[in-house]
Amino acid sequence: MSIFAKLMEKPWLAQPEGTDPALLKEAPSYWPARTALRFLLVTITVIFSLFIMTLLGRSQLGDFHALAGEPWLPFDQPTQLWWNTSILLASSVVMHAALLLLRQQKLQAAALAVVGSAFLILMFLLAQFAIWQQLDTAGFGMTTNPASSYFYLLTAVHGAHLLGGLIALIWVFKRFWQQQSVARIEAIVRLCVTYWHYLFVVWLVLFALMTSSSSTIDSLAALCGF
Amino acid sequence: MTQSAIASHDEHHPTSFVSKYIWSQDHKVIAIQYSITAIMVGLVALVLSGLMRLQLGFPDQFSFIDPSSYLQFVTMHGMIMVVYLLTALLLGGFGNYLIPLMIGARDMVFPVLNMLSFWTYFLSVLVLLASFFVPGGPTGAGWTMYPPQAILPGTPGADWGILLMLISLGIFIVAFTMGGLNYVCTILQARTKGMTLMRMPLTIWGIFVATVMGLLAFPALLVSAIMMFMDKVVGTSFFMPAIISLGETLDHTGGSPILFQHLFWFFGHPEVYIVALPAFGIVSDILATHARKNIFGYRMMVWAIVGIGLLSFVVWAHHMYVSGMNPFFGFFFATTTLIIAVPTALKVYNWVLTLWKGNIHLTLPMLFAIGFIFTFIHGGLSGLFLGNVVIDLPLSDTYFVVGHFHMVMGLSPILVLYAAIYHWFPKVSGKMLHERLGRIHFWVTLIGAYLVFLPMHYLGMLGLPRRYFGMGGTEFIPDSAQALNANITIAALVVALAQLIFIANVIISLRSGKKAEPNPWGATTLEWQTPENPPGHGNWGPEAPVVYRWAYDFSVPGAKQDFIPQNVPNSAVEVTDAAAFAEAGK
Repeated sequence: MSIFAKLMEKPWLAQPEGTDPALLKEAPSYWPARTALRFLLVTITVIFSLFIMTLLGRSQLGDFHALAGEPWLPFDQPTQLWWNTSILLASSVVMHAALLLLRQQKLQAAALAVVGSAFLILMFLLAQFAIWQQLDTAGFGMTTNPASSYFYLLTAVHGAHLLGGLIALIWVFKRFWQQQSVARIEAIVRLCVTYWHYLFVVWLVLFALMTSSSSTIDSLAALCGF
Repeated sequence: MTQSAIASHDEHHPTSFVSKYIWSQDHKVIAIQYSITAIMVGLVALVLSGLMRLQLGFPDQFSFIDPSSYLQFVTMHGMIMVVYLLTALLLGGFGNYLIPLMIGARDMVFPVLNMLSFWTYFLSVLVLLASFFVPGGPTGAGWTMYPPQAILPGTPGADWGILLMLISLGIFIVAFTMGGLNYVCTILQARTKGMTLMRMPLTIWGIFVATVMGLLAFPALLVSAIMMFMDKVVGTSFFMPAIISLGETLDHTGGSPILFQHLFWFFGHPEVYIVALPAFGIVSDILATHARKNIFGYRMMVWAIVGIGLLSFVVWAHHMYVSGMNPFFGFFFATTTLIIAVPTALKVYNWVLTLWKGNIHLTLPMLFAIGFIFTFIHGGLSGLFLGNVVIDLPLSDTYFVVGHFHMVMGLSPILVLYAAIYHWFPKVSGKMLHERLGRIHFWVTLIGAYLVFLPMHYLGMLGLPRRYFGMGGTEFIPDSAQALNANITIAALVVALAQLIFIANVIISLRSGKKAEPNPWGATTLEWQTPENPPGHGNWGPEAPVVYRWAYDFSVPGAKQDFIPQNVPNSAVEVTDAAAFAEAGK
C-alpha cells in the first residue's frame, strides 16, 4: 500500500472484530539496521550535496580557480587520482565478494575478504594523504585558493566517512569471532556492501567535480542558479 | 528479526546502579537523563536572559554587565534555548520516553546507540559550557554566528568561544543523528500489532516528522560549522571576504558571508518546526484528553504536520530579506512563507474545534495547552507581518522580531513542555504534581510572559533596535520606551522566579506527592495502559499490547466510560446503550 493510501485511511471507523486488516496481515519484515542505514545515507547525501552547492556558489566569485583545465594545473592529468579511485573500487568489489562468499557458506574466505577490503580502505586513505602532500608541494596549499581548500575539505570529509565504516567493521568482526549464524553475518555484511558502494559513488562525484575545468564548473553553477 | 525477538533481547535487565542509572540503555531512563540535562542547561540560559534584561531595564546600573558580556549573554541564551534545551527536551526527552510506550514497543530498536546519543549530547553541553571558562569567554557573535564578525578580533569570544561553540554544535549533531535514526526506525519498525501509522497518536506523528526534518536540516548546520571552523583555524576563505580588521589587512580573500547565511537558515528555519511539530502533536493529544473529545480532523492534522515539514525547507530566506536578494527570490520566499501559514492555521482551527462543546477539564496540562493556543496565535499572526518583505525590512532589526519569535517559538513550546510535564509526570514518577502550586506557576508564567513579550511588539514599531547594549542618545525613541523596558525587566524577573515554584513543586511532589492512579486523566493512548506505574523495564510484561482502535475514542455514545483505550477491543467495552454504540460506528 502506498504512503498516500495510508494517509487516506479513516482510523476513527472501527473495524468489525475478526476483520481488522491491521490485525490479520502478516507482520512486515523487520530490519531496523537497514532502515537506519538508508536514513543515514540520505543524511550523508545532504551533507555532501550542501558542500557541493557551496562550492558551486563559491566558484562564481573572482578568486576561485579550478584545479584542472590547463596543463599547469595539478589535476589536468589526474593519474594519481585514477589510481586512488581504483583502490577504492577494489575495496568495494572485495567487500561485495565477501557477501557472495557468505552466500556460499564460505565463512573463512568471507572474513579474509572483509579484512582485505578494510586494508584497501586504509591504502586509499594513505594514497589520498599522499596527494595532499603532492598538492602542497606543488604550491596548492589549503589556503592557496578556494578550489584547493575544497579539495582538502571534501576529501577529508569523505575520508572521515570511510573511517566511520572501518569502525563499524568492529561489529562485523565481532559476529565472525562469536561464530554467529551465517544469516546474521550476511545481514551485517550486506549493510557494509551498501555503505562501501555508496561511498565509492560519492567519491566518483567528488572526483569528477574536483577535476573539472572552470568552464564545466561554471556551467554546473549556472544550472544551479548561481 | 521479529517483535518477539526484540522482546527476548530486551529482557536483559540492568543489575547494577551504574547499568540502571548511568550507562542505562532503557529509553525511559535515557529520557530522564536527557530531560534533566536539558532543563539544567536551560536554567543557565534563563539566568542569562535575566542578566540581559537587567541591563536593558536599568542601563549601566550593574558593573558586571559590559557590552561584551551583554552580547555573550544574548548569544548563549539564544543557542542554548533553541538547540540544547528545546530540541533536546522535546526529542531527546519526550521522544525517548513516549515513542516506545505510545507505539507499544519494549524499547528503542538500538538501545546502545540511544545511550551513546545521550552521552554525546551531554559532552556537547559540557563543551558549550566550557566556553564560559576560557580566555575571552563564550562567543558574543549572536546565535546566528554570522561571519565575518563571528571570528574576527573585536567580537567577544572570537578566539576560543566561537571554536568551542562550533565544536559543541558538531558534537550535538552527531548525538542528534544517533538519536534521530533510533526514533525514526523505532516508529517505522517496532510498532505493536494493530498500531497502523494512522492509528498513531499525533504526538508520535509530530516527533516522527520533526526527526526526519532534523536528519535533513542539521547537516546544513554541520556543513556551515565545519567551513567556518576551517576559516577560523586554517585560514581558508569559504565565508571570509577580503577584509581589513582593526586596521590590519587579513589573508582572507573573496569568501561569501551570504553563503553562510543561506546554509545557516536552511537549517534554522526547519529548526523552528523541529521544535514546533512535536509541540503541536503533544498539545493535540492533551487537548483531546482533557476535553474528553476526539481530536477534530485527525487526518488533516497528520497531513498538516507532513505539509508543514515539507514546506519548512523552502522558506528559509525570509530570515535574510535585510541581507539583500533578487526581488524575485524575495517574492518567492514571501509566498512560500504565507503558504505555510495555511496548514498551521488549519491546526489552530482544529484545536479550537476540539475544545468546542468538549467536556473541558481545566486541569494543569489543559491550562498550559490552552495558554499555548493563545501565545501561538499571537506569535503566528506577527509572523504573517514579518513574512512580507516590505514590512520585514523596517521591522527586522527591532524588538518586534524579538517579541514575535519569543511568542511563537520561545513561549509557545515552553508552555507545551509544561503541559507535557504536568500531563506525563504521573506516568514517569508515579506521583501527582501539586495542584495549587501548579496553578500559581501557570498564571504567573502566562500573564508575566505576556507582560514581557507583548510590549516588545510596540517597542519594535517605535523603532527600538534589538541586539543593542544601550540606546545612548537615540532621539526618535521616547523616554516612555525606557519606562516600558524597565517594566518588561521586572516582569521577566518575576517569570524567571516563578519557575522556581515549578522546580519546588517537582521536588515536593517526588518526595511527598499524592500517589498517581495508573491512568489519572482517563487517557486512551498505550502509555497509560502499562501493567506497572511507572512502567518497568520492557514496558509491557510478558505480552505486548494489541491495538484495536485509534487514539481518540473519547465520549463514544453508548459506552459506559468516556474513554476507550487503544488496546481494548469492542467486545470488551462496557456498553450502556448498544444501539447508540453501534450507530457511532463502533
